[in-house]
Amino acid sequence: MASPTAIRPSGGKPSPRRGSLYRGAEGMWSWVAHRITGVLTFFFLFAHVLDTALVRVSPESYDKVIETYKNPFVNLLEVGLVGAVLYHAFNGIRIMLIDFWSKGPRYQRQMLWAIVVVWVLVMLPGAYFMLERNIRHIFGGGA
Amino acid sequence: MTATLNADLAPVQHTGPLPPVPDGAVMVTVNLQRFNPELDDAPHMESYRIPALPTDRILNLLHYIKWYIDGTLAFRRSCAHGICGSDAMRINGRNRLGCKVLVKDLVTAKKTEITIEPIKGLPLEKDLIVDMEPFFDAFRSVKPYLVTHGNEPDREWVQSIEDRERFDDTTKCIMCACCTTSCPVYWSADAYVGPAAIVAAHRFIFDSRDQAAEERLEILSDAEGVWRCRTTFNCTDACPRGIQVTKAIQEVKRALMFRRI
Repeated sequence: MASPTAIRPSGGKPSPRRGSLYRGAEGMWSWVAHRITGVLTFFFLFAHVLDTALVRVSPESYDKVIETYKNPFVNLLEVGLVGAVLYHAFNGIRIMLIDFWSKGPRYQRQMLWAIVVVWVLVMLPGAYFMLERNIRHIFGGGA
Repeated sequence: MTATLNADLAPVQHTGPLPPVPDGAVMVTVNLQRFNPELDDAPHMESYRIPALPTDRILNLLHYIKWYIDGTLAFRRSCAHGICGSDAMRINGRNRLGCKVLVKDLVTAKKTEITIEPIKGLPLEKDLIVDMEPFFDAFRSVKPYLVTHGNEPDREWVQSIEDRERFDDTTKCIMCACCTTSCPVYWSADAYVGPAAIVAAHRFIFDSRDQAAEERLEILSDAEGVWRCRTTFNCTDACPRGIQVTKAIQEVKRALMFRRI
């Protein structure tokens, strides 16, 4: 006699429940941020190589494309790019220290907070000087 | 090593009287991921509101649910004292042993909810039970036993205190799979041997009496070996024995890179 056992149509194992996120500590989120900033930087480089290569097509079309970049939105993207590259670079140094310095794994958390502090210290004046011109332009300062 | 508390398929409703609620107990809500492979297509969450003492272990809450509310709840536990490593589970999103986390570690006056899910990355069997076989396969693949060639010494294998200290940390492993199933790389690439297997390899690679370090390093320098580690430190955070898992993995990486043990 066959036993009355229901067999799921797919037959395989169930897919994991959605939204069952693992709550990792700083180390995991630094890795997630490293991935995201890395991919973002890659996409920037992709577009950057294309627009720079345009100069070989004709200097005029290059100028035309660069002209479209001169707006506040792209200015914000530029600040984002600097932030992404900076984080990726600093965290890359942290990962190298974790890899090659025997005490690296023990101090990984302190090193992460250190690079976050340095990142903020660099980004504050960096973002100010990058955005200054556009902010004055939009909000109608003296210039 | 692992004992299974498994119940019959038919829902068992508790009919007897509930045990008296002890003084000092608080009501907590346990959100539990349930899955019955013979009835459900996918796992789902169920909530239970039960009394708990601040000094109760999370395992006690599961026992309460199984014994007094729903006998079909399936989970593993054996010693219940953090030694056997059977009851690894995801508690509030992090891999922990159910018998080592207390209610007072999670519950505050404002927050009385506890979420319990099975560990990730291994095939789900039922409720909190996963198929551990892939985990043990990876463990076995690194030759986790002493290998020696030649004649045995007349008395014991002599080892200095310093030599013993070299791998002391990785002898503590209880193979609960908390580390391996906390690893984002392990979730996505099922061939990665995972932190626990590397810990087991580390324990023998750096043992001065062992003579198969080269073989193990060769196994771990494979594409699915230590180089898959992205140093997210989830494993170190998850280990209930406090093993510095990522540090051990990095030591194996450096031993491979510089060919020096």
